[in-house]
Parts: sequence; C-alpha cells; structure tokens
Amino acid sequence: MAKVLHPAPRYATNEGVRDALCAALGSMVVDCIEEFGEIVITVKRESIEDALRLLRDEHAYQQLMEIAGADYPSRPERFEVVYMLLSLTKNHRVMLKVSTDEATPVPTVTTLWPVAGWLEREVFDMYGVMFDGNTDLRRILTDYGFEGHPFRKDFPLTGYTELRYSEEEKRVVYEPVELAQDFRSFDFTSPWEGADYVLPGDEKADAPPVDDPKVTEKPSDTGAGKKADEKAEEKVSAGAPAEEDTGIQQDAPETTEERPDREASKGDVHDTKGATKPEDKE
Amino acid sequence: MSGLTYEQSPTTDGEEISNYTINFGPQHPAAHGVLRMVMELDGEIIERIDPHVGLLHRGTEKLIEYKTYLQALPYFDRLDYCSPLAQEYSYVLAIEKLLNVEVPERAQYLRVLFAELTRICNHMLNIGAHVMDVGAMTPNLWVFELREDCLNFFERASGARMHSAYFRPGGVHQDVPLKLLTDIGDWVDTRLPELFGDAMSLVQDNRIFKQRNVDIAVVSKEDAIRWGFSGPMIRAAGIPWDLRKSQPYDVYDRMDFEIPVGTNSDCYDRFMVRCEEVYQSARIIKQCLAEMPEGPIATEDRKVAPPKRAEMKQSMEALIHHFKLYTEGFHVPAGEVYVATESPKGEFGVYLVSDGTNKPYRCKIRPTAFSHLQAMDFMSRGHMLPDATAILGAIDVVFGECDR
Repeated sequence: MAKVLHPAPRYATNEGVRDALCAALGSMVVDCIEEFGEIVITVKRESIEDALRLLRDEHAYQQLMEIAGADYPSRPERFEVVYMLLSLTKNHRVMLKVSTDEATPVPTVTTLWPVAGWLEREVFDMYGVMFDGNTDLRRILTDYGFEGHPFRKDFPLTGYTELRYSEEEKRVVYEPVELAQDFRSFDFTSPWEGADYVLPGDEKADAPPVDDPKVTEKPSDTGAGKKADEKAEEKVSAGAPAEEDTGIQQDAPETTEERPDREASKGDVHDTKGATKPEDKE
Repeated sequence: MSGLTYEQSPTTDGEEISNYTINFGPQHPAAHGVLRMVMELDGEIIERIDPHVGLLHRGTEKLIEYKTYLQALPYFDRLDYCSPLAQEYSYVLAIEKLLNVEVPERAQYLRVLFAELTRICNHMLNIGAHVMDVGAMTPNLWVFELREDCLNFFERASGARMHSAYFRPGGVHQDVPLKLLTDIGDWVDTRLPELFGDAMSLVQDNRIFKQRNVDIAVVSKEDAIRWGFSGPMIRAAGIPWDLRKSQPYDVYDRMDFEIPVGTNSDCYDRFMVRCEEVYQSARIIKQCLAEMPEGPIATEDRKVAPPKRAEMKQSMEALIHHFKLYTEGFHVPAGEVYVATESPKGEFGVYLVSDGTNKPYRCKIRPTAFSHLQAMDFMSRGHMLPDATAILGAIDVVFGECDR
C-alpha cells in the first residue's frame, strides 16, 4: 500500500493479520483482500456463524459493531452482508462478508452476539435478506404495514406511497406518490470519463450500411410530377413576412468602423496554398 | 404481541391478576424524541420492553446514494442533531481514507477543537435532560446556557448554529478569526467551569438524584461487550475504551487527556463519566488553542478542496477547479472502508462503498443509539416504571441518529 497520508483512525498494524486469519479460517474463505488499510474477508454463506465464532473466541474479536447490507443487482447473488468486528484487546478491526440473494437465508449470528438481533432486522427490513434462526425478524425502521425493501437499488428514491392527515376523514391517509415534478437525476460525469450511454449522433457510427440506398435517379423517385404541381397550386399561403414591405432595410449594414489609417497587412494572407497543399518533394 | 400472563398470586386469594401493557411514547417528553416502547408491567415492575424505533426514519442512507460526496455531507448534521460535527467527522475521515489525501495541521487542530466543543455541547444537553427526567429543573436551565454558548461558537465559525457542515473532505470549510479562538479560550477558562461546576454541585451529591440513579440498570463488562456498547456506556461498565485514545485520528495522539471509567456500571456512573468528559474535553480544547499552528485549513489538492475565492477571480485554472468541484464533485477510488470515531454518544461509524464515481455507492451509518436501545429490554427488566426514564436518559439517545 502507498504511504498513508490521511488522518483517519490509526489502529494496530495489519501486517500479517490477513494471512493469519485466512489460514485460521481455512476452507471457509472465499476471498481475502486488504485494501485501503481494511481487511475484508469473504466467507461462504453457510459458514459465517462458525467463522465469526472462531474470530471471536480464538482471535479476540470480541465486539460485533455493525452489520451492513449492500445491493449489487448485476451479480448473481445480489446482496452482500458485511459484519464489522472490533477487537478491544488487539485494538484491531476486520470486516467479514457473505453474499446472498432474495430467497437464500443467511445463518443468524444472534447466537454469538445478542446485538445482532436488531442489526439483522435492519438488513432484513431494508434489503429483504432473510436470516435463518433469528426468532424476531420483524421490520424495524419502516412504517407499520410497509411493503417492499427500500434500500434495494431498484426501489425508487421517492417510494410508492405518501401519507398526509386528512381533515375530512380525521385520520392519516395513505395515497400513491404524486410528484409535481419528476425526480431529476443529474449526470455530471464527463462524457469521456465513464459515461456509459451513447452520445447523440454516435449511434450512426455503428449503423450497418444500407442495402437499398435512397436515390433520385428517376423523376418519379423525387415525388415530383404533374400531380404534385397541381397539389402545390391548391394551397395559397400567406406571403412570408419578408415579402411584405416592412420598412426595414434589407441591404447589408453599413460598416461600423473605418480604419483609413491602418496599414495594409504585409503578409500574403490570401495565399493559403502552402498550408493546405504541401509541396511534393522529389 | 402482548401475551397476557396469568398467575396465581398468594395475596389475592387465587384471583387471577394479569400483567398489563402500556405504550410509553411516541409522544412523551421523557422519550427523548419519537420512541415508542411497548411495556409489559406487573404492577409497577417492568417485565418486558419492546422498543419500536423508526418513527423518524428518513432514508438518509438512500438519499446519500443519490448525492455527490460533498452534497451528502449536510445529511450527517441532521442525524444526531445534538452533536452535528461529530457525525461529519466520521464521514470526512472515510472519504479521506479512500482518497488518501493529506490534511494540513491547522485543519486537524480545528477539527479536534470543534469536535470537542461538540462533545461539551452534546453532554450539556444530555446531562440536563437526564437530570430533568429524574425530577430536577434548575441544572438543566443552567447547562443550557453553556449549550447556547457552544452554538454561538459554531455560528461564528461556520455561519450556522446547529447544522454547520463545517468539516469538509481535506480540511474544514473556512478559517476561524483569532478573536473566536481567544473567546473560546476565555470561555473554557472561566464560564464553563463556573456554570457547569455550579450546576453539578446541585446534582452530583444530591440524595434524590442518587436514589433515582445508583444501582439502576447495572450492566456487566461481558454484557456491555456482547451488546455492542461503546462510548460512555462501555466506559461506565469499567472498560477503558475510547477511540480517541486507542485509535487516534487527526491530532488526538498529541493530546494529553484522561479517560474516565465507571466502577459500578449503573446510570449514575454513566452520568458521572459524561460529567468528567466535559472537563477532559475542556483540557483538549486548551491544548488545541495553545498548539494550533498557522497555515492552510484545507488540502492544496484542488481536485478535492476548492480554491480561495480571491484566487478564483484571477486564475482560470482555479475557476475551472471550482466549477468542476461544485457540479461534478470529485471522484473517489473504488473500494470500501469502515471508519469509526468517538462521537459524544459512542462509536459512530461510516461504512462507505465507492464504485469510482462521484457519488457513494453505499453509505451505511452505524448509529450509537441503535445497539444501546436494543439493550433497553434487558437493562430495564425488574426495575420500576419510573426508572425507565432514568435508564433512557443515561443511554443518551437521539432519534435522528437512531432511525436515520
């Protein structure tokens, strides 16, 4: 890793910790990376409880500080559940990860830490990830009777329902969201820096050549002819504004400036032959 | 949900007595916001508590995914609105960790100074509210004077009393005038110890206050660890754990301060830990004022921090940088970090996932109150109903942060 310049929290060194933990977890490990000073270990979903128990009991990561969900819709298993562990005695942090999808439950870790109860409830509420063995997997942050999982990437920012107090009905009523203006998502990224859409006009570059080119070789191809002439004579539209005398001068305007005292340009500015037609060197 | 339990009572001649369930909140002054607790009571003894949170859920984490890194910053003020700068701290450090950007010394000192001022500001509210929850009126009014002073200092530094948005990736927003620093110094030397000392002299040895707090909600060291406690809650349990000391960020490693630790792990200890932290914060503020060097207050990397306004009027390069920063924002290298700092309430963490664009892909906020509130159930069991307010006051819960 490059030299650390940032002033973020400095805990015990990562040196050798990654390899030691990976070796200890053995076959449970899927991936083990160290980036930005963070050790992130991806483990198999079904062995997350064993992995966390091992880290807690044998490697002194006593505290589970947080469980975070994340949604990557492009992956086959779209959800990630990230466990942040803290060691009070070694003064070190490590993150463990599992991935899952909508249908597959993750084993609960409430058996190891009671604090996991609400943390898992939150991930369930926000992403719809199931936790096998959590006896109290209710919604926690969203409204009573809420439907859907709001932090999924395909859930719109504005949601589906809005509520207000209705004076007539003397109660709070739920209604579908009605926006006075569509949600505006601005794209500030530079076109040459990672815009993944086609710029206007660019679609023509890849278009295949036309088999039957449109030509006007015969007069009938142009759409002209006797019939068209007759049709053209039927309609007499009002004269274009320019045809009427509006009193506005139509000639070229007077020059605004005259520079009689200015010297004529010395260079042969009109002859650009040299620039456009390089001489043949023989 | 509210399963009535019938039991044979020896005093009622075999008549059936049922527990009853009450709603504490969500509109209750002692609920510190919008907490609803479904309490099952046996007479006045709490049998079970089911806290219902989320009434203030605003989807902050989702909103952040739709904003650039800089636009997302003010949301952090609005999480725990009693200690706004402490939340910004975790977020800017997380961005700086991903960018690996250097922060000038003066900016680091300024951030530590204002984070500690925020700690005092937060503890003034909590100590006052806790004292009022258990019956005392006067100390709350006195310590609110001090809170007002803190808010005035924030206003003079950033222009806003509460939602300052003062910490920025790479430093702070603006430099502070010298007069503000001298005024903070005077305030820490004279007004703070005087007023705070007076207010606490009414409370700390007060018989009624002790009756309401001592031996209430005792939590063992093991439980504190298992339930993910942090901040004053874990320190009151006797574990000397403070991220400012153990995992120092900015210039905390140069500061000389002590970590108060409780011995009995009850509500009174939590209260006393906070009281002592106020004095320790004052010590840190004094050191910051004494040691703060002159110099720039934000990184010179123009891809992260904007140029000075005067420079912008002269230099095309600076103008372009300014324009790009405030439209497109800056791009953060793809990766993920979890950065936690010691907020006045405990460990406040930010798990930031970047995909290399100018907007966070995922920003998970680790609130302090969430785990503490979850422990409310086991802490209150067997205590009386009025003790619930004392326990809640000692947790120091703010719902903007808990519900996000």
